[in-house]
Amino acid sequence: MMIKEWFKSGSPWVWLNAAAVSTSIILVVGLLFLIAVRGLGHFWPADVVEYHYMDNGKESIMIGELVDTSVMSAKMAKESGYKLQDNADTLVQHLIKTGNRDILGMDFRWIQQQNIKSERLPKELITIERREWGNFYGRLTAVKENGRVIATGEKVWTAVQSRIDRAHKIYDEIEHIQKKQIGAINYRLERLRLKQRSLELKGKWNEELAKEQTQEKSELAKEYQGYQAQAAILYKEINRDSILAKDSTGIEKEIPLKSIVHLIRANNMGVFTKIITYFAKFGEFISEDPREANTEGGIFPAIFGTVMMVMLMAVIVTPFGVIAAVYMREYAKQGFTTRLIRIAVNNLAGVPSIVYGVFGLGFFVYILGGNIDAIFFPEAAPAPVFGTPGLLWASLTLALLTLPVVIVSTEEGLSRVPKSIREGSLALGATKIETLWRTVLPMASPAMMTGLILAVARAAGEVAPLMLVGVVKLAPTLPLDGNFPFLHLDRKFMHLGFHIYDVGFQSPNVEAARPLVYATSLLLVMVIIGLNLFAIGIRNNLREKFRALEGM
Amino acid sequence: MNELNSNKQPSSLFQHGTLTHHQRWRLLKDSLASKAVTFGGLGVIVAIVLIFFYLLYVVAPLFGSAEAKSISQYNVPEVNAGKTLLLAMEEQNKVAVRFTDQGKVIFFEVATGKIISTDSIAIPENAKISSFSQGNPITGVVAYGLSDGRAVIAKHAYKISYPNDKRLITPVIEYPMGKEALLIDSEGHALDKIAIRINEDGTIIATKTQDNRIVLSRYTKEESMFGDETLEQTTSVLESVTMPIDYLKVDKEQQLMYLASKEGGLSVYNIANTAEPKLIEHLRVTNKGAQITSLVFLNAEISLLIGDSNGLVSQWSLVRSDSNQKSMQKLRSFKVSDSAVVSINAEQRRKGFMIADSKGDIGIYHSTAERQLINENITQSRPEYLTQSPRANGFLLQTIDNKIHFWTVHNEHPDVSFSSIWKEVWYESYPKPDYIWQSSSSSNDFEPKLSLTPLVFGTLKAAFYAMMVAIPLAIMGAIYTAYFMAPAMRSYVKPTIELMEALPTVILGFLAGLWLAPFVEAHLVGVFSLFMVVPIGVMLFAFCWQHLPKAIRHSVANGWDAALLIPVIIISAWFAFAISPMIESTFFAGSMQIWMKDTFGVGYDQRNSLVVGLAMGFAVIPTIFSITEDAIFSVPKNLTIGSLALGATPWQTMTRVVLLTASPGIFSAVMIGFGRAVGETMIVLMATGNTPVMDLSIFQGMRTLAANIAVEMPEAEVDSTHYRVLFLAALVLFLFTFIFNTLAELIRQNLREKYSSL
Repeated sequence: MMIKEWFKSGSPWVWLNAAAVSTSIILVVGLLFLIAVRGLGHFWPADVVEYHYMDNGKESIMIGELVDTSVMSAKMAKESGYKLQDNADTLVQHLIKTGNRDILGMDFRWIQQQNIKSERLPKELITIERREWGNFYGRLTAVKENGRVIATGEKVWTAVQSRIDRAHKIYDEIEHIQKKQIGAINYRLERLRLKQRSLELKGKWNEELAKEQTQEKSELAKEYQGYQAQAAILYKEINRDSILAKDSTGIEKEIPLKSIVHLIRANNMGVFTKIITYFAKFGEFISEDPREANTEGGIFPAIFGTVMMVMLMAVIVTPFGVIAAVYMREYAKQGFTTRLIRIAVNNLAGVPSIVYGVFGLGFFVYILGGNIDAIFFPEAAPAPVFGTPGLLWASLTLALLTLPVVIVSTEEGLSRVPKSIREGSLALGATKIETLWRTVLPMASPAMMTGLILAVARAAGEVAPLMLVGVVKLAPTLPLDGNFPFLHLDRKFMHLGFHIYDVGFQSPNVEAARPLVYATSLLLVMVIIGLNLFAIGIRNNLREKFRALEGM
Repeated sequence: MNELNSNKQPSSLFQHGTLTHHQRWRLLKDSLASKAVTFGGLGVIVAIVLIFFYLLYVVAPLFGSAEAKSISQYNVPEVNAGKTLLLAMEEQNKVAVRFTDQGKVIFFEVATGKIISTDSIAIPENAKISSFSQGNPITGVVAYGLSDGRAVIAKHAYKISYPNDKRLITPVIEYPMGKEALLIDSEGHALDKIAIRINEDGTIIATKTQDNRIVLSRYTKEESMFGDETLEQTTSVLESVTMPIDYLKVDKEQQLMYLASKEGGLSVYNIANTAEPKLIEHLRVTNKGAQITSLVFLNAEISLLIGDSNGLVSQWSLVRSDSNQKSMQKLRSFKVSDSAVVSINAEQRRKGFMIADSKGDIGIYHSTAERQLINENITQSRPEYLTQSPRANGFLLQTIDNKIHFWTVHNEHPDVSFSSIWKEVWYESYPKPDYIWQSSSSSNDFEPKLSLTPLVFGTLKAAFYAMMVAIPLAIMGAIYTAYFMAPAMRSYVKPTIELMEALPTVILGFLAGLWLAPFVEAHLVGVFSLFMVVPIGVMLFAFCWQHLPKAIRHSVANGWDAALLIPVIIISAWFAFAISPMIESTFFAGSMQIWMKDTFGVGYDQRNSLVVGLAMGFAVIPTIFSITEDAIFSVPKNLTIGSLALGATPWQTMTRVVLLTASPGIFSAVMIGFGRAVGETMIVLMATGNTPVMDLSIFQGMRTLAANIAVEMPEAEVDSTHYRVLFLAALVLFLFTFIFNTLAELIRQNLREKYSSL
């Protein structure tokens, strides 16, 4: 009876509605929390555990990081073919990152709790982050110089530290020579070739020019040899040192120092050292190039590419969006047509982004780009310059995609500028453009900013159209570098969002790459939420300002 | 506002009196700016409209018809060299060849008929030509059967060289099986009919002798230990053929042999084992009173095209039925003419074919698309021989009065039609007509299956499940937020939920694919029990809350109930997962997936509609929430106050007054949300297996239009049919969302007007 009345009052339904809101909030917060936890956890120097483990009746030792634990009911486990002890209710399994891919052939292994005899955290266990083959876990046994053992036992750890720093320094120098200096020479050689081809096409190529070019080429070749010689010396230097390390099975492996990124003893670190290492690793993550098919290392090129693309897009979209909005609000006759256009523009924001991608590919890349190549770059044929997906086209496509956002937002800002202000300005004798330029637009500028920020946030997170118009999984060069003309609009670029898709779904070693994807996601989410909060802040600020004006 | 928009007002100030230089400059600036803004504004709007027209521009050629143009007409070169047995053209449409019944080969220029060179087939002296046939047209092989039971195999080939930077095509005759005639019939009877196919594995020659036996010979190359190649020959003879044989065909895979009589009888033999040919089926393939007038293979040689004296062309293919029985089925037929079909010529690289009828009309058709592209009269005299160039961009027609007509054809996209995109199509080697999307292929033999129906189905399915998740949460949430929630809490909740909209979908997709999908797979029962346990938990809590002492109840301010519920929901969700193993072992024998498979035969994909529904539902919630909330919040207060004053409870006011008034707004919110779900790419791309199946099951994946574009567009060759069909998919998406959003927007605007009048 009481329940019936309670239902009649309608309050259970109100509670259910409240539950819907709470659920949505839990979902949002939970999602952000999930990304944050998994993303941030990636950089923490995890403990390295030594397991004594029964493997098919034999006792074996396994060294690695505990990554995940799964619990399965006994019945399901039996059905899936696992052998269980009779009294066990559940099957507990641990995912161990064992590293040592070059020795074991795989990075990860599932082991069963029931088979673990003991687990310890020996202080001397080392984690080596290598440039190839992933992590190495084991014990450091000796340091070698020019193939000669120079330190063993206790002294090893102190001996290796300074040598690693030295190797890093040399490594950076080699990288600099190879990427920057030799890269620049190659770039100049390519330009010479294009210049020659271009002159040949125009029929202006002659002996004299040919001689000049041979001269230039030989100079470049000389420079190139110089750098090669430098690099050769450095190579010899960096190859000097190596270490010997034992893995869990006792196999000793020689690891040259040039292939070591980090060498730590995680179990021997205090919390403070761990925090320092954590931030150092985080810094590397956002400042270094990816390694091992994007599954390790940093994401700097992706951050750089995203920022470049978004900035270019902002430069393109702002003037056009503002002009269109000003036209529609201030110049066009307000009537049926304007209403129609407004609805159309509004709805373009709802058109799927992939459609813009298709348009960008067909129109910008193939038609515009193809014609630009034919007219301005005949010397590069058959290789396309602008007739292939690239930074410029990606920015243009996204500019088109975000145009409605800027238009709508600017229009809203313009409509909020009180009539009295316009009339006052006109009454004082200002022309229309002066009124707009000096009073209306400055007052509407926060709205434009809001629109622009929202556009940037949307563009930064958009992936689908970019897959068609210019993003690649690994770009050999950044779109901005020291070679003339510095900004290379025709180059393909990397992008955070695409990086997530690519590493998470297309990479050969998804398990190893997963923490990296979470970290990348976290970065992207933070950037986008930050931009949005900024936009919301500006919007609220703007509303306050006009509330004050309306009272005037 | 309107009066402000005319720029006459300020300028009128300066109209009379003298203008200083500065003032004139200002006026000029004003008018320049006005022009520039108008131009720029209109330009932007035009650019936006351009998207639609550009998509249309790319799609349009798909549905345009083909064109044929007459280039030249000339007398048959070397008429005296005999009757034409075969006409063929090479790749560039420059050189054609005519094989005659006297064993002469005449190469001539396609455009003019000028003879380039002539040659003779090496026919042994004491034998006469008794039959002729062409191998697979792509190989250029021909076979002459001789009166003494032997056969000569020849081949026309074209060597291309570039003397003086100019392309020179030199035609030659080669003998792939050696210049010596091969002995086919050991009894030495004349070969009446002959068929030949050569591939890497070997050569098969089927013949019908004068005394009505079918002799099958297969030659395989055997490499001896010393690297010498010898020809191994396997022969078998079919004696028991009673039907008169007018057509004899062997397919290029060398698996099947077709025998047909003019009267319409067709026998199909399995000759995979040459030594023992097996009859698969004997049937009648023409209507009563009709005679077979032409019988050729469609490209890939899986189906036969049979033309009859009534002007009907039908496509027959050996099809495996559900009971795994193979039988010849008529896939489709074309009424091409009122008079008899004289000649059928299949395209070499597509599923198209061309016919000529006895009145001199020609027609170009496409089998998969069931489309007639051209039907034109070419000549008044009866055609005799028809051939298309390898690229199907030109054809030669020889008529009975010894004229050759050369035409070029522009026919880029014959393979797409309304029916091939939206309706069921019976593809070759499929048991029945079906909707299939399978675009990619490496060979010309592949029949492109470009049905958008499964993709549209997948799109709607994904959107449907997303809406199932999003609508209740978003609308109920919006009702509470707009109407019951404390303003202070609302100012936090609304931006938080709207923030969800800004989350990049690639992140949602990544989580859905790599975290949610395995999670749901492992906790399937838990996920389903969530939908039961959480509402019950909330109701229980609410009921108990009702009976708590007032002091505790009043400590929570009005409108903060939702905050109170957060721990309740978390606990009941945990409870749902905690009891799920028990439920699973009690009701589903330990594993729901296995139970479903055993009981209903429902399979389980890890990346399925449920996962997509949850992830995409999450992405759509903020869209629907935000618009619904606006609609409910802006219902005029006097309505609700009136209702409450009349004694209605808040909930009654909500359902009877507020929801009714706001319902158009809610409807438009749902439509916009639906539009978003339809066009979402990354979530579907990452959270489903992307297999284009048509299956309603919640545990199966799908492929949507948007994901399909993302997957296939980068690989599609520019301006190919595939490329244009993908553009068509984009156009469909564009129109769909545009129409939906426009409708929603109009409804919203009307609603706003209604509110302002209340």
